[in-house]
Amino acid sequence: MSSNETANFKTVNKRVTKVDALGLSCGKAEFADDISIPNMLHGKILWSPHAHARIKSIDTSAAEKVPGVKAVLTYKNVPAIRHTTAGQGYPEPSPYDSLIFDSKVRFVGDKVAAVAAETLEAATEAVSKIKVEYEILPAVFSITDAMKDGAPVIHDEKDAKNIPDPKHNVCAKFDLDINDGNWFKNADYVFENTYHTQYAQHCALEPHTTLAWLDPNGRLFIRTSTQVPFHVRRIVAQALNIPIKKIRVMKPRIGGGFGSKQEIFLEQVVSALVLATKQPVKIEFTRKEVFISSRTRHPSMTKLKTGVTKDGVITDMDMEIYINNGAYGAHALTVMMCAGSHSLPLYQARNNRFMGRTVYTNLPVAGAYRGYGATQAFFPTECQMDMMAEAIGMDPIEFRLKNYIKQGEGSPIFKAMGEGGEGVEQVITSCGIQKCIEKGLQEFKWSEKKKKYAAQTGTKRRGIGVACSMQGSGIPEVDMASATIKINDDGSFNLNLDATDIGTGSDTVLAQIAAEVLTVPTDKIIVYSSDTDLTPFDVGAYASSTTFISGNAVRKTAMLVRDMIIKVASSILNEKPENLRLENGFAVASDGKKKCSLAEVALSSLYFKHQHQICATASHTAHTSPPPFAAHFAEVEVDTETGELKVLDYVATVDCGTAINPALAEGQNDGAVMNGLSYALCEELEFNSKGAMVNPNFRSYRIFTAHDAPPVRSFLVPTYEPDGPFGAKSVSEIGINGPIPALSNAIYNATGARLFNPPFTPDKILRAIKEKGAKK
Amino acid sequence: MTKAIESKNDIFEIEFTLNGAKKAFRAGAGETLLELLRREGYRGTKRGCDTGDCGSCTVLIDGRSMLSCMMLAVQADGRSVTTIEGIGGPADPHPIQQAFVESGAVQCGFCIPGMILVTKELLDSNPEPTDAEIRQALDGNLCRCTGYVKQVEAVKNAAKKMSQKAKR
Repeated sequence: MSSNETANFKTVNKRVTKVDALGLSCGKAEFADDISIPNMLHGKILWSPHAHARIKSIDTSAAEKVPGVKAVLTYKNVPAIRHTTAGQGYPEPSPYDSLIFDSKVRFVGDKVAAVAAETLEAATEAVSKIKVEYEILPAVFSITDAMKDGAPVIHDEKDAKNIPDPKHNVCAKFDLDINDGNWFKNADYVFENTYHTQYAQHCALEPHTTLAWLDPNGRLFIRTSTQVPFHVRRIVAQALNIPIKKIRVMKPRIGGGFGSKQEIFLEQVVSALVLATKQPVKIEFTRKEVFISSRTRHPSMTKLKTGVTKDGVITDMDMEIYINNGAYGAHALTVMMCAGSHSLPLYQARNNRFMGRTVYTNLPVAGAYRGYGATQAFFPTECQMDMMAEAIGMDPIEFRLKNYIKQGEGSPIFKAMGEGGEGVEQVITSCGIQKCIEKGLQEFKWSEKKKKYAAQTGTKRRGIGVACSMQGSGIPEVDMASATIKINDDGSFNLNLDATDIGTGSDTVLAQIAAEVLTVPTDKIIVYSSDTDLTPFDVGAYASSTTFISGNAVRKTAMLVRDMIIKVASSILNEKPENLRLENGFAVASDGKKKCSLAEVALSSLYFKHQHQICATASHTAHTSPPPFAAHFAEVEVDTETGELKVLDYVATVDCGTAINPALAEGQNDGAVMNGLSYALCEELEFNSKGAMVNPNFRSYRIFTAHDAPPVRSFLVPTYEPDGPFGAKSVSEIGINGPIPALSNAIYNATGARLFNPPFTPDKILRAIKEKGAKK
Repeated sequence: MTKAIESKNDIFEIEFTLNGAKKAFRAGAGETLLELLRREGYRGTKRGCDTGDCGSCTVLIDGRSMLSCMMLAVQADGRSVTTIEGIGGPADPHPIQQAFVESGAVQCGFCIPGMILVTKELLDSNPEPTDAEIRQALDGNLCRCTGYVKQVEAVKNAAKKMSQKAKR
């Protein structure tokens, strides 16, 4: 199929209403916390008050005596099997450094014990009565301190696996050097700067919640707010040492994820309580618990050295990134790898060096977060692009257009760096970055604004900034998705799959893909996701994989079902299969005269002739990960006396190939961009000197409200990706990469002051302006 | 959160109008209205923070939007409480619910019941709000999915639908 055929789509590329929107708008959709079952106990967890301590003794006797308490679990009475909480494919590239409960705690908010009781009050009271005596250990909170010789060793346990250098708290490392022997020799200008990104949280509105119980046959059923049902099943089985066949994981509606629910830290605790009590148990995190003990974005420190020639050729890219993983190494290697593998190929430099180190500290645990390393890395690269362009007197747009990776080009980085080590060679088969830039320039009125702001006076200065980025579409040769489609009597279809709709709209998008192949309206496709007993395997909702990988699986499955339908229709119509096609829900002969409906086909196959269920399952893996591309444009006004910043305009263009559902794709981009703007300007987890988070609520950890939100304008720039289902690539993550560099560039354009450390709060902006003034 | 109110002595018999029908409840002294509503099966009222900061638990009390996690159940005694279930259901959705669906304003949907109730309060008093007034009204309701872009559109579309309905 070619891009010309996109015009003929019947349901794909249409603004089909989200299949679950009405139920959600009526408050009827069921989230994990919306179901309670008889005899259900309430669980509560005791959190470590210390950043680093060994448990000398733990006395649960008073807790056990609280009326209604059914179980108290500590490291003494749960299995001690090291695992990772990162919900990744098997074998996970993250270190096995976590236990359900350990005799050592490694951050304020680490799990110490759990209680199940008849009421939440009893569970809460019991938790407060657990007596723990700690031996406080020296703690370490910064990347540089953690890597020093003689630093406190956070993971000194003997049974941990896959920690490259525990003595220096290094939980992942990677080195790459591709050069022609002439490092920086061809550069006319060299820039070297250090950039920081901060601790932040996903802030999905639904707190993490898990309900589990035993079915009458003793199987463990887990209904949980997750992005990764199959990984939950596998990791809970591993952590509790029970067979996978004994576990069933079900995903209800999920109230947002953004990576936070790609982690398995609550399910094994609730499951252990169920096994101990033989009763159903539910734990719902409070917001404070989400903040202090769930997962965060990996903070980072990046040293970027780049070289450029006078005529605008980027000669060298040398990136050293240090990533803070907090107390456990969830996604330690992969986030660091994605920092390099997503950012370095965007512009073609002859020499590339990447050094990545991910480090343990005694702070909250970082995990997957929308952007996944790319956000951390595009900040330095996109700021440096502007610096290089300025040095050679070239327009920053022109400079980017000169150097970006074009359609038909490859990059040595693709082969050299994958998520967990070596990557997969690939050539860019669709690249809309130029179109993104052109669309953005026009919508943003770049030239007009550039001219207008060239000569400003007064205390309020305006400026404009640009940033480009790319992401992936799934993990090549790692991610796998499958789908099952069966026909019903009335010619409707069940689409059962484990692609995990966490609010992303994937149920709708995947139904549209099936509907397109089967030539029916989307409402004839009944989507069910996800249930490990009923739906075929899919890795889950992460790595921008759903539309691209799961979408291809759905398309293949639908094509198999289409062929089965044609076969039955052939017998009904007495026509050769090769003369039949599907059209508007009918099998139609090529002469256009003979036809039969899908309901007739279904009834014939189910009740009358050669009786069988028309049903198929297909799977998909990809050998490439076609990047979506984005160009963002920011206009700011800075009060140079107060440091106050206003975002006056923000245009975010994205090339996601064919948007299967443009309304949902725009929504993904809007949300990612706003999350990025909020991160760039106001979000940061703050800690006291003992490593305790001091702002664990929405009043002091501010995320943008509708009132604060800057005006964001999203534009989809269509391309056609030949490897994608109907030309689609990913869209969910990329939008979060642009705001930090676009704003840093815009602030520089407005004031001449460069900010290297978001969030760009007024005090930091003012300080940077003053420092710049002092230098003059 | 479910409270075992039976085990305590401080139980209050209260009565309030819930979604148009007068109902009697037994409420614990420290029980929030959010807890009571969810315990009674009105699970469209969501719990997102328990500190009055996210707006997911919004209900209308005598037509005014209130955070049900921030008030005691007993404070609802004698009042009229409207939850999302009282606005409309899948078979007979309210124009605001329709507008949110049609505008693509629903992603994960966790914040949406609160958003819709706040919108109802706004449009009941101000049938043609400006963008700024809409954003001011939605200010207490956090959403991480949408960037609020399509939600502002949804409120505008809802205003149109409601004024058309009023004209008929």
